[in-house]
Amino acid sequence: MPDTRPSPDELLRRVEAEEQQAHRGRLKIFLGYASRVGKSFRMLDEGRRRKKRGQDVVVGYIQGKLEPDVSKVLATMEVIPGLKVRADGREEEVMDVIAILRRHPQVCLVDELARDNPPGSRNHQRWQDVKELLDNGITVVTAINLQYIAEQQDAIEKVTGKRARETVPEAFIRSADEIVIVDAPPEDLQQDEPSSTTDNRRLSELRELALLLAAEVVDQQLHQSLELRGVATFLGSQERILVCITPRSNAKRMLESGHRNAVRFHCDLLALHVRQNALSAGDQEVVEKYLALARELGAKVHTLEASESASAILEFARRHAITQLFVGHSLTSRWHDFLFGNPLDQLIEAAESMDVRIFPHPDLHSAQ
Amino acid sequence: MTSPTPTKRGRFKIFLGYAAGVGKTYQMLDEGQELRRKGLDVVIGYFEPHGRQDTIARTEGLETVPRREIVYRGTTFQEMDTDAILKRKPEVCLVDELAHTNVPGLERTKRWQDVQVLLDAGIAVLTSLNIQHLESLNDQIWQMTGVRVRETLPDWVVDQADEIVVVDVTPRALRHRLERGVIYSREKADKALENFFAEHNLSALREIAMRHAAHEIEEKLSVGDGSVPSAGQHDSSPAAQPSGRKECILICIDERPSAAVLIRRGRRVADYLRAECFAIYVSADPALSHLSQEQRESVEKHLGFARNLRIEVSVVQGNVVADGIVEFARTRHATQIFMGRSPSKGWKHRLRGSTLHRVVRLARDMEITIVAERRR
Repeated sequence: MPDTRPSPDELLRRVEAEEQQAHRGRLKIFLGYASRVGKSFRMLDEGRRRKKRGQDVVVGYIQGKLEPDVSKVLATMEVIPGLKVRADGREEEVMDVIAILRRHPQVCLVDELARDNPPGSRNHQRWQDVKELLDNGITVVTAINLQYIAEQQDAIEKVTGKRARETVPEAFIRSADEIVIVDAPPEDLQQDEPSSTTDNRRLSELRELALLLAAEVVDQQLHQSLELRGVATFLGSQERILVCITPRSNAKRMLESGHRNAVRFHCDLLALHVRQNALSAGDQEVVEKYLALARELGAKVHTLEASESASAILEFARRHAITQLFVGHSLTSRWHDFLFGNPLDQLIEAAESMDVRIFPHPDLHSAQ
Repeated sequence: MTSPTPTKRGRFKIFLGYAAGVGKTYQMLDEGQELRRKGLDVVIGYFEPHGRQDTIARTEGLETVPRREIVYRGTTFQEMDTDAILKRKPEVCLVDELAHTNVPGLERTKRWQDVQVLLDAGIAVLTSLNIQHLESLNDQIWQMTGVRVRETLPDWVVDQADEIVVVDVTPRALRHRLERGVIYSREKADKALENFFAEHNLSALREIAMRHAAHEIEEKLSVGDGSVPSAGQHDSSPAAQPSGRKECILICIDERPSAAVLIRRGRRVADYLRAECFAIYVSADPALSHLSQEQRESVEKHLGFARNLRIEVSVVQGNVVADGIVEFARTRHATQIFMGRSPSKGWKHRLRGSTLHRVVRLARDMEITIVAERRR
């Protein structure tokens, strides 16, 4: 078992982080993949239920056009009126942060997290307004459409051909204490006119992206909370592939296969090279070439110095919650050992908690 | 002469959650109400109230087809009355708890099989399901939560769904519901909060549910039109070897109980890689006469289990197991062989001279996966 006891510094950091957390309001985000999936309703409904349970809830901002069911809930809530601001000859309504801070509710509902405030506002963007509320101990429940997350823009553009003008940094979304996916099949979205197959396809692709992002946030929170409590529980809720690279293994094939698998499972790909002895210049070059290929294929690359490769690989794999370990026949450079040399035997034996995939030796592969 | 037009299969929609109490049934009923308002003929085929008032309120105005009573070992059980629903022939039928196992004595052992019958009769079905009931996740869920889920359904049943909706709440909110006694009785809730409903378990299950839904969407997109890439990635073709060969996974079954783990894992990886999937049992006597009755039953159980997961199974004659496996793998152009670990203790004895060792040596051009052991 890896040593998971935190160092004194680490403990101090945790205590400080917890103290800071204690004064901060909680951030809860409803994430949808399109408009009309019902994010605003879910957000307001949560506010309504919290109010019923005795929490002091206000609406800090709600978009103008509302579905009837949303209006019905809204009518029962206290709304802090927005500020009317004139910008570019148009009148715009922005969230009145000062009024909310003065009112200081327990919980504030904020619709449409991705909005730029007009020039001259207190903050440039609404998520910064929200951050200010959080810093002042107000819990915020908010809603956002995936299409307005900054780091997702490349992926979104590939699907829709468009990029959003107003965006929220993904780090802010990931900093949420809670994230909820608001899901509905494209066919179920309330639409004015029937949608085409192409529309539905695009929407399905966005939906997949939203689910995967939410899953990643959940995964990240899961690991943080386990780490914070010093629990080394291995849950395996997400696949993680590790490719072990040696100069004589068929690393190219292993990496390419690892990449294909990682794409399929939407999971992390890691590559590890354990250096045992000084490599010859030729071998070193080969390893470098493989590591470069690994980076190219999106793998996180690690190198370690260790006298014993099998145990070094295993320790690394356990620490990184690896579920699939890719190894070649050739873990040592000794030719006569490549078929079940001791390190591979040991590795298979000890790597009980993960799948071990053995790849053919390159010489054998080419000879097939 | 006119032949009767074949019945169009009913639409199949699953409300997928990660635990009891997330609101699947509520949302299913809500949609039933919505469809009824739109003028469709909607009935409740099976509904499990669990004493939850909010949910019960959502059934108001919806017709319920009475359940069927079955006496089993002196106790009366109530099950969905599939025949009565077929006779009533609604347009839409709501069926709670898709993974439910029927009491013995009914035509079908599983509720998902009843649902197949309804769908085949052209009835649209809305149903609810928790992720832990998925067969291929059974070992993983046990490892995570310590709970061996008994009621499972094959993954392909879920693949068939026209639509999957993720019903999501945060684990924190779910635990609050549990504490307030909304989901279970007080006593049961306390126990649940410590075990299955521990926050990290819920988070892990939730992550798996989200990923599974994303996977299902991706699969549907790939079927729809191979030329348009799906969102998460840009390769909608089946995973192929560099040579362009389609991935093909061969699962090696033996008589040990752990073969079930192997089958589930092989199926799951094959699904993700869009690979073909075969299973094989090699034996000196294909009639299995050399095995003890216990071993024979075990092998037959595994073969049946694999078939149930839509894996093509073969029993092959061979005096040396490893040789039989590799020969079969070659004929079927397998690219990966899935095997378990050897049973004996001590790695020196386990590997050298073992079937695994021999397969690795013989199948030089194939990838061999030694599947993880699931322990707690």
